[in-house]
Amino acid sequence: MRARVWSWAALAVGIIYFALPLIGTVEFSLRKRRGEYSFDAYRWVFEDPRFRETFSYSVVMALFTIAVGILIVVPTAYWVRMRYPRLRPLVEFITLLPLVIPPIVIVFGYIRLFNTSSVLPLTGTATGTNVLLMMGYATLSLPYMYRAVDTGLRAIDVRTLTEAAQSLGAGWGTILGRVILPNVLVAVLSGAFLTFAIVIGEFVMAALLNRPAFGPYLQLIGANRAYEPAALAVIAFAITWFCMGLIQLATHLSPHSRARRS
Amino acid sequence: MAAEDASLTPPQRRKRTGLPLAWLGLLPFAIFATLFLILPTMYIVVGAFRTADGTPTLANIVNLFQPSILSAYWISIRISVASAFLGCVIGFAIAAAVTLGKLPHWIRGPVMTFSGVASNFAGVPLSFAFLATLGRVGLVTVLMREWFGVNIYALGFNLLSFWGLTLVYLFFQIPLMVLIITPALDGMKREWREAADILGASGAQYWRIVALPILLPSLLGTFALLFANSFGAVATAYALTGSSLSIVPIVLFAQIRGDVLQDPHLGYALAFGMIVVTGIANGIYVWLRARTERWTR
Repeated sequence: MRARVWSWAALAVGIIYFALPLIGTVEFSLRKRRGEYSFDAYRWVFEDPRFRETFSYSVVMALFTIAVGILIVVPTAYWVRMRYPRLRPLVEFITLLPLVIPPIVIVFGYIRLFNTSSVLPLTGTATGTNVLLMMGYATLSLPYMYRAVDTGLRAIDVRTLTEAAQSLGAGWGTILGRVILPNVLVAVLSGAFLTFAIVIGEFVMAALLNRPAFGPYLQLIGANRAYEPAALAVIAFAITWFCMGLIQLATHLSPHSRARRS
Repeated sequence: MAAEDASLTPPQRRKRTGLPLAWLGLLPFAIFATLFLILPTMYIVVGAFRTADGTPTLANIVNLFQPSILSAYWISIRISVASAFLGCVIGFAIAAAVTLGKLPHWIRGPVMTFSGVASNFAGVPLSFAFLATLGRVGLVTVLMREWFGVNIYALGFNLLSFWGLTLVYLFFQIPLMVLIITPALDGMKREWREAADILGASGAQYWRIVALPILLPSLLGTFALLFANSFGAVATAYALTGSSLSIVPIVLFAQIRGDVLQDPHLGYALAFGMIVVTGIANGIYVWLRARTERWTR
């Protein structure tokens, strides 16, 4: 009985702590018009051309980051499982490094290593900086992406699938793209949605590389407006919630249920 | 494990390939990791031990030990310890309530989903949420004043302070703790509790003598992870305080933007110091996790 009282107490503290900022933000975002609640702050945000520009910039960056992440992570995780199981601890260690090295330090290195007087002057042009930022995002999402894909590969019999495909005459591209990838698609998707959530809200890398992304825009509005930041926070929270919802959805569609249907 | 061991040696395949080209498969990853992760970091680390004209030196590291930089590290470490500690305690309480606390079953799902969302809801929007709630005209601030006549700012509360920032960081620290510790709590065998009950242990005794020692490595390990998590966080603090609170990431941010320390190599040393601190924290995490795995198997 006492255990239950303690449990409810812990849960209640948690609910109060997490609900208050959310309620506070929603309430604040509606306060723009004096004396009554209105959606004026949201209207202002949606009518701001910079909102549309920075948001679509970040969405495009997120999609590219996901594509690059998949292209790098899936073949690597597959190849390590197939041919280099002994290298697994090393590869796993490298993929976890972005959790150890703070993003601000990584981007600091980028700025110095790829400056205009270096061998690879990526920061010299807008396109180059975009590529650099995308690679930075791919680095940030590497721990989550790799772990998701590796878990997905563990669930299937990589070796048998590969040998079956080979005996039917498939090359490596076909094996990876048409046999392995569809089988780990659920894992890839959950990694992808997490990457999306990370990229949309990312601030440090975009700010220090001077790219017009959503994160720096949020910061700019926060420094200059009163009620609009709260509206943006609500929007950002909804996006995060949406991405996590998609991950849940993807996990529920397990490979087994798909196999039975087809 | 057995299935993996069986797949370790594929001798017949190696013969079929002919040329030793298998390593080419790892090349894209190796190039990516080298160019965008290892080389940039090495550049910073090497730069921390060099003078402007390239000769090796320890002067930059020594220069870190000046009062303004030391105090930046000190407040960063204090905020990280406080938010990691409180995150661990509160997150543990919530995770324990959900897994072992005899609450209705349906509560667990929403709590875990929400934790997934909240642990990713960091950065600039999080600072907006807290400004709208506990800022000078935030909802809670206003309600406290109107309903209870309490002006929390007159009582010394400030969102742009040590405790203010700690309170904000808890919003992503607590959910992260819930996500990491729940599997460990699920691994607690019911037999242990029953054995303790049969031997006459009270609930408190069970937790103190049986459960906590088993969970201790994963608790301490998660603490280290939470520590590193808040130590490297920039966006939340920057959007909340501008540059008024000198924590290390904020100082480094200002340094990268405008060389405020007026010594580029001191900037490298500052960044190197961050790697050292988070590296130690994560090293402890990895070491303790390896120890925990013996128990949860």
